[in-house]
Amino acid sequence: MKAGSNLEKVINSGQFAVTGELGPPKSADVSMIKEHAEAMRNYVDAFNITDNQTAIVRTSSIGVAGVLLQMGLEPVVQMTVRDRNRIALQGDLLGAVALGVKNVLCLSGDHQKFGNEPGAKGVYDIDSMQLLKGFKDIRDEGKFIGGDELEAPLSVYLGAVANPFADPFEYRVDRLEKKVEAGASFIQTQCIFDIDRFKRWMELVRERGLHKKVAILGGVTPIKSLGAARYMKNYVSGITVPDELIERLQGAEKKKEEGLNICIETIQQLKEIEGVAGVHIMAIAWEEVVPEIVERAGLYPRPKL
Amino acid sequence: MKSLTKQKPFDEVIQLSDQLNRVFLIGCGTCATMTKTGGINEVQAMKKSLQDEGKLVTGWVVLPMACDEMTAELLNENKKAVQDAQCIIVMACALGVQRINLYLPLPVIPALDTLFIGMEKSPGHFFEACAQCGQCILGETAGICPLTACHKGLLNGPCGGTDKGKCEVDPEKDCAFTLIYERLKEQGRLDLMRKYHPPKNYQVIPRPRESRLL
Repeated sequence: MKAGSNLEKVINSGQFAVTGELGPPKSADVSMIKEHAEAMRNYVDAFNITDNQTAIVRTSSIGVAGVLLQMGLEPVVQMTVRDRNRIALQGDLLGAVALGVKNVLCLSGDHQKFGNEPGAKGVYDIDSMQLLKGFKDIRDEGKFIGGDELEAPLSVYLGAVANPFADPFEYRVDRLEKKVEAGASFIQTQCIFDIDRFKRWMELVRERGLHKKVAILGGVTPIKSLGAARYMKNYVSGITVPDELIERLQGAEKKKEEGLNICIETIQQLKEIEGVAGVHIMAIAWEEVVPEIVERAGLYPRPKL
Repeated sequence: MKSLTKQKPFDEVIQLSDQLNRVFLIGCGTCATMTKTGGINEVQAMKKSLQDEGKLVTGWVVLPMACDEMTAELLNENKKAVQDAQCIIVMACALGVQRINLYLPLPVIPALDTLFIGMEKSPGHFFEACAQCGQCILGETAGICPLTACHKGLLNGPCGGTDKGKCEVDPEKDCAFTLIYERLKEQGRLDLMRKYHPPKNYQVIPRPRESRLL
């Protein structure tokens, strides 16, 4: 056990884990995010909180994590290397743990060009791999990146992301392996729409035995409309939306209902894939549908550990 | 290798030289000439534009290499016209501007913005090849610098935004790591992609950078 978080306990128990995602607001008014979190209480094992996602200024991940902890909910704090150098990142890890955060997800972050401060200086002092390794060394060796020692030990459950849909495809498993070696205990993947490609990736993962070293949570997103599906297909890098899925939505009378069906079917397929340890549901701007997804996917009630 | 520049908007040059109506104009015969931002033609065009704005151009010169120490002597050769001026407008990169600033007490006004030190790929197409980080990693990255060529300066492989070999930040641009991967594959050295690169030591060359050869 690395930190004894609820997420870690569920994963270690061998049960199919469920995480949700919350996007902080462009204000300090967190009432809406609290409402979403409350609606998902008992339906997810932990809540990912994005870190100024798509490079748009929002309430910080750690700030919202504090709010969730006050509500008795478990956050997964996302930390990107876009906005902070190694001093700030390590300091924020300590701050987050001091608040009671037990899960941290390390990632590069969307480039600042895409956000509402495109003139910002991208920091990228270290990359996501170095962030993971740095945090692992803080936990396991009691040392900061620069080699100085911590005054007291800390525990944290570390995660990373993987995108089985970006290229070069063959390299994506190498990169996963590198992340596992760097310190990732759990992985959340990019949204899965192309389940065949995901299955091929999982085959490579199993060939290397990586599924035994790291808990892979498949990412899913319920699609609300045909427009959203087309947008993701054409404009979101690193996401593959197969034509069949677009056609299926096109043919459906009730698009929302069909989008939900697709999402639930994907989760059911994920449950059957050897080595998939859980699902990460990213229903941004459609949070209220998460309980229904979890129930209909046969993942309710969540384990109490 | 060239110091890449682009001309500032003319209005900005006018605003920077407000109240300074007698001007000596300097171009550069090396990089700024090659990039057509501060050669003879551009200096003459600037002279005309300044005169149209009612400024008096007391003289002009295109120095062979504005950043070189020879600049001191060449400025001396133009002493009269320089002394008649209230400011110097420089159409060279920031190195040229600062070299001239060493020798003259007058306000020095840049007419160009300095972009980067670039390498010419094909005629007229320059790209930034080196971030001058002080700790070269090209030996492990197939001779392609990810610190420079990747928009995020990543060292341990591509982010999740690679799409068909292109970068999500600029779909016209190749993903640095796809290039590195393909090259290492050809060389039979893909094991290098699996190697962990530790954080860079930016203290190797602290800013502002300085190097003494003697």
